[in-house]
Amino acid sequence: MDIIVCIKQVPDTTEVKINPETNTLVREGVPSIVNPFDENAIEAALALKEQHGGKVTVITMGPPQAKEALKQAVAMGADEVYLVSDRAFAGSDTWATSYTLAQAIKKIGKYDLILCGKQAIDGDTAQVGPGIAEWLNIPQATFAVKIEVADNKAKVERMLEEENEIVEIPLPAVITVVKQINEPRMPSLKGMMKAKKSEIPTLSLADINGDPEKAGLKGSPTQVVKIFSPPAKGGGEMLTGEPADIAAGVVAKIKERKII
Amino acid sequence: MGIKVIEEKCIGCGLCVKVCPFAVIRIENKKAIIDEAGCNLCGACVTACKKFQAIEIKREEQTPQTKDLSAYSGIWVFAEHRDGKIQNVTYELLGEAQLLAKDLNCEIAAVLLGDSGIEKETENLFAHGAQKVYLVCDPELKDYRTAPYTRVITGLIDKYKPEIMLIGATTTGRDLAARMAIRINCGLTADCTGLAIDPERKILLQTRPAFGGNIMATIISPNHRPQMATVRPKVFRKSKIQNPKSQIIRENPNIQTEDLLVKLIEIVKDESAKVNLQDAEIIVSGGRGIGDPKNFAIIEELAKVLGGAVGASRATVDAGWISAHHQVGQTGKTVAPKLYVACGISGKIQHLVGMQGADTIIAINKDPDAPIFKVATYGIVGDVLEIVPLLIRKIQEVRG
Ligand SMILES: Cc1cc2nc3c(=O)[nH]c(=O)nc-3n(C[C@H](O)[C@H](O)[C@H](O)COP(=O)(O)OP(=O)(O)OC[C@H]3O[C@@H](n4cnc5c(N)ncnc54)[C@H](O)[C@@H]3O)c2cc1C
Ligand SMILES: Nc1ncnc2c1ncn2[C@@H]1O[C@H](COP(=O)(O)O)[C@@H](O)[C@H]1O
Repeated sequence: MDIIVCIKQVPDTTEVKINPETNTLVREGVPSIVNPFDENAIEAALALKEQHGGKVTVITMGPPQAKEALKQAVAMGADEVYLVSDRAFAGSDTWATSYTLAQAIKKIGKYDLILCGKQAIDGDTAQVGPGIAEWLNIPQATFAVKIEVADNKAKVERMLEEENEIVEIPLPAVITVVKQINEPRMPSLKGMMKAKKSEIPTLSLADINGDPEKAGLKGSPTQVVKIFSPPAKGGGEMLTGEPADIAAGVVAKIKERKII
Repeated sequence: MGIKVIEEKCIGCGLCVKVCPFAVIRIENKKAIIDEAGCNLCGACVTACKKFQAIEIKREEQTPQTKDLSAYSGIWVFAEHRDGKIQNVTYELLGEAQLLAKDLNCEIAAVLLGDSGIEKETENLFAHGAQKVYLVCDPELKDYRTAPYTRVITGLIDKYKPEIMLIGATTTGRDLAARMAIRINCGLTADCTGLAIDPERKILLQTRPAFGGNIMATIISPNHRPQMATVRPKVFRKSKIQNPKSQIIRENPNIQTEDLLVKLIEIVKDESAKVNLQDAEIIVSGGRGIGDPKNFAIIEELAKVLGGAVGASRATVDAGWISAHHQVGQTGKTVAPKLYVACGISGKIQHLVGMQGADTIIAINKDPDAPIFKVATYGIVGDVLEIVPLLIRKIQEVRG
C-alpha cells in the first residue's frame, strides 16, 4: 500500500506571545515544528504500512527550511520525502497550495491513500486536504479518528461535533486525521541517523508541471488585506476572602444577572 | 514577487521584525530584509510600518478578473441540518446576511438539500430571514455526504450566480466548502468571526483569527465569485425577520453514480456528550487543575444543578479524562453560553478563543496570574475542589 502524507512546517503557536505594551505578536525565538496533526498523519501512515506493507512518502510545500520537517518524518520512519519548493509558490492560499500539492502528488505517481492533518495550526483552515482530493478527483473523508483498510477500501470513523460517523470509502482517497487517532511515535536513533544523512529532493514548479497561473500569489483567489491584534479583553472582578463568602458572592451575582 | 522594502524610507527600526509571524524579516545594515521564500504576504509588517510606509505589497500580479462579476448577485446561506433539523449556525448566518444585504441591496436565499422530509424546514428558514429557498430533494441527499452535496450546490451556483456564499464552519461545512471552492474556482476564507461589506468596492471583508487566535486577518476574494466563507458558529445573532414574499425554488438533483462511492455505515453516538455543547446556555468546564479524572464528577454535578453542559480543556481530553466531544477551544468547539464556569483551566489562548464570547465567565484557579482571569467576569483564586462544592451547595440553597 503506497501512502503519501502531506505535512506542513508551522510556527509553534503555543509559544507565540503578545507583547502586552504594544499588543503585537512576538514571533522572535518561536520554534518551527511539524504541524501537530500532521505528525498524527505520519503515524497513521506508518501504522498502516506496518499492517499492509508498502511505502510511506512524505511531502511538504514550503521554503527551503521546511526540509527540517521532512527530516523529522524520515527519523520517524518515512521511506521517501520530497520538498516542493519554488519562489513561484510564495503567497499561496489554500486554493493554490492544494493545486501545487496535487500536482506534486501526480508527479510522484502511484498512491493508494493520501493522508493530511485535519488542519494546520497557523491558518486553521482545514481546506487543503479536501482541496487536494478535488484536484485529484478522488473521494475524501475528513476528521478521521480511526482508519481500517481492507480490500482496497477504507473504513473511516469521522469525529463530528456531537457524534462520530463511520463511512466506507474506496481507495485511492484523501483522509484527514484528528489528534485523537493515535500517539505519534518518537524518532528512533536509527531514524535520526538516516535523517541526518538523507538528501532531500526538491520539486520545482517545472518539475511538477505546474501552471504558473495557478500557483503562488498569482493563483490565489484570496488576499490578506489587513493583519491586526485581537482587541485585548479587560479582566473583570476578582473575588477574595473566605471561600464560603466568595461562593455566596458569586452565586448572588449570577442570580442578579438572572442566569439562575 | 509582491513584497518590497523601500530602502529610502526604512530606518531599520525593527518593528517589522517583531511582528512577522513567519520570522522571515531581519535587519542588516540598518535596513529590513525580507526572505521572500518564507513570506506569505500576510501584511503584518506593512501594518507595523504604518509610520514610515517603507514596506509595500504589490498585488497586481494576481490573476485579473476573467468572469463577468456583475452577473453575480445575492447572498446564499447553506442550510445545514442534522437528523432533519436545521442547525442553529444556519440561522445565525441568515441573521448576519440581513446586515450584509442592506449594504449590497440584494436578496438573501438559503440552499436546502435533503430527502423529501426536509421540505417542512423551509418554514424555519423563511422565519429567520430567507427570502428564497433553493430546495433539492432526493433520497441520496438525506444525510450530508461530500460528493453529492458538492455536485448539487455547485450546480446551483453555476446556474443562479450568487455573489456571496456563507457556510457554517462546522465539520460538515468545512468538508463541503473546501471541496466546492476548488470545483468552482473561488476563494474561500475559513472560520470567519467578522463579515462586512467594503463601502467602496462592495466586496466582502472576511475577518478571522489566525495563529491560534493570536492575530486577526482580514481577507478578500475580489476577483472571484461567489465570495465564499465558512463562519464560526455562535458568533453572529439570529434574526427573526419574516419575509412576506418568500419563495421556494425547486431544482432537480444532478447526482452522478460516481458521487455515491462513499457509504455511510453507522453513526456512533457519544452518550457522554448528549448535551449539545454548542447550544448550551450554561457550561461548566474542567481543566487539568481538577487534578484527577474522577473529579469530573463534581464538575458534572455543578453543571447539573445549573442545568448546563460539561466542557473540558484539551489537556484533560488528551489525558483521556473525558471524551473529545467535550473539548472547548481552537481544536474543539466554540461556545458562547450565557455562563461559562472554568474550573482549573489555565486559559491558554487556544482555550480562550473557544469560550471568550460567553456573556459571563467565572474562573476558578489557584494561580492568581493564570491568563483565564484576563477574560473572567468573576475571578476566584482558590482550590476548585473546595470552591465547586461550596458553589453547588449555595446554588441549591438559593434554588430552595
Ligand atoms: C494546535 C493546538 C490546539 C489547541 N487547541 C486547544 C483547544 O481546542 N482547547 C484547549 O483547551 N486547549 C487547546 N490547546 C492546548 C492549550 O494550549 C493548553 O495546553 C490547554 O488548554 C491547557 O489545559 P488546562 O488549562 O486544563 O491545563 P493547564 O495549562 O495545565 O492548567 C491547569 C490550571 O489549573 C490550575 N490548578 C491546578 N490545581 C488547581 C486546583 N486544585 N484548584 C484550582 N486551580 C488549579 C493551575 O494553576 C493551572 O492554571 C491547543 C494547543 C495547540 C498547540
Ligand atoms: N504547505 C503544505 N505542504 C504540505 N501539506 C500541507 C501544506 N499546507 C497544508 N497541508 C496539509 O493540509 C492539512 C490542512 O491544512 P490547512 O488547510 O492549511 O489547515 C495540513 O494538516 C497538511 O496535512
